Amino acid sequence: MENEIRELYQQVILDHNKSPRNFKKLENANHFAEGYNPLCGDHIDIFIYTEGDVIKDVSFQGSGCAISKSSASLMTTMVKGKTITEAEEIFSKFQDLVTGKLKSEEEIEELGKLAIFQGVREFPARVKCASLAWHTLNSALKNDNKTIVTE
Amino acid sequence: MYKTDNEIMSINEKVDYDIQKIRSDFPILSRPIHNKPLVYLDNAATTHKPKCVIDKVSEYYSELNSNIHRGVHYLSQKATVEYENAREKVLRFINASKLSEIIFTKGTTDSINLVANSFGRKFISKDDEIIISHMEHHSNIVPWQILCEEKGAKLKVIPIDDKGEIIYEEFEKLISTKTKLVSIVHISNSLGTINPVKEIIETAHSYGIPVLVDGAQGVQHLTVDVKELDCDFYVFSGHKLYGPTGIGILYGKQKILEQMPPYQGGGDMIASVTFEKTTYNSLPYKFEAGTPNIIGGIALGTAIDYMNSVRMEKISGYENSLTVYAANVFSNIEGLKIIGTSKNKAGIISFVLENIHPHDIGTILDFDGIAIRTGHHCTQPVMQRYGVPATARISLGMYNTKDEIDYTAAALKKVFEVFA
Repeated sequence: MENEIRELYQQVILDHNKSPRNFKKLENANHFAEGYNPLCGDHIDIFIYTEGDVIKDVSFQGSGCAISKSSASLMTTMVKGKTITEAEEIFSKFQDLVTGKLKSEEEIEELGKLAIFQGVREFPARVKCASLAWHTLNSALKNDNKTIVTE
Repeated sequence: MYKTDNEIMSINEKVDYDIQKIRSDFPILSRPIHNKPLVYLDNAATTHKPKCVIDKVSEYYSELNSNIHRGVHYLSQKATVEYENAREKVLRFINASKLSEIIFTKGTTDSINLVANSFGRKFISKDDEIIISHMEHHSNIVPWQILCEEKGAKLKVIPIDDKGEIIYEEFEKLISTKTKLVSIVHISNSLGTINPVKEIIETAHSYGIPVLVDGAQGVQHLTVDVKELDCDFYVFSGHKLYGPTGIGILYGKQKILEQMPPYQGGGDMIASVTFEKTTYNSLPYKFEAGTPNIIGGIALGTAIDYMNSVRMEKISGYENSLTVYAANVFSNIEGLKIIGTSKNKAGIISFVLENIHPHDIGTILDFDGIAIRTGHHCTQPVMQRYGVPATARISLGMYNTKDEIDYTAAALKKVFEVFA
């Protein structure tokens, strides 16, 4: 049992939950979106600064469970410096990872640090926690400026 | 030496409340979850069903299945008698006086919507006011908001204090000649507060205003006597009362129900239909359009029989001592804060842990087979009032034990360890 808990709440997740990276408002942001999961009240604001096709800077603010907070934190570290298309590709793979669609070890490894979220696939109720930040990022990049609701 | 009331109660409990027997009546309690015994502390969401209720459902479909009312054949008559007997069991359970006052609905939400649509449509007009409290479930907020928007009426909210009790003076200030209805929860599903509904009803009646009591969390914890309360409407769900889902009750005083137009049209609610004019059936059928949840009603009757066999006062007494025990154990956990510390409280304890989100608490406890609820509990205004996005909530039923409370407290320590 202890192992199962640790598999979901890996050290990296706990660390990002405790000290989230890029946890601030981005003053020069040119993309923004707000994400909300009414099921648990998780709330997240994503700020992005792009130059051309490149995500130069990205940050977030909000409140949520350890899974959603650490996912948002790790996401910001992963997409910074990437092109929008690259970020979208990672999002698509991440979505497959947490919903259990990504089967091969090779593909999972390609996700690097994000692979630690694979434990989430065993918990259907928590998939939305892990993907809220990504959906919100996606919306911010499209400049929808809409509130993303996961329900 | 004389014994204190508590000591006497605890002796009575040992003699009269056979918890092991009660637990053995609920088959699901013996199934493991993640290879651990199930500790079910989510009774405010729904309760489990005793074997007699489960058997009744099976027996009905095997032996009695038929549509009720108007059938002349054997099965239809038998099913009708059982369904109407169940209505009588509900009547006795809440001490109503007339069968015409007991309306079967889909549940609490349906009952409130019935009143909002029927009573509301007829008696609420522009600039009228409806009073609710800050601790209402969304189902006792939204139907009134929809009505108010349609009619140009206003929704007034009784504030609550830090303990989670309504501020009575504020209620007295809100009530006026403009008020047309007071709709208040008996026991808060997120705070556990037992509201002083009798006083509220007395105050409202002194202005001639009817009162609806949302008893979704009331009937399973307290002996409810609608005559003594003198409430105008009392609503509750079957599935929180150890019965099936999809069945609920609207109790209403006959003189008000008679003045209310039908909520839904269809079969069973009519006396005669021509294309020129329809005359409606008498109460309670006027409000029961279409084939009802027949087995839901019958099995709710069986659940009530079961509760009566244990005796409601004993269930209340047992749950009360368990609530006091749980509140005590939980408040001694460092870093745990209980939300809702009203003096009169039922077996519902909401809490937050420092720096740990309720959702994470719920997931980790689940590994130990413990079922709790985490989130806003359909009471977002309550969460806003306390400045929390969500809480973790344990809610007790007639079959929970002190051991389960201790086991949960130990599991909570594990949550702290994971997030240390």
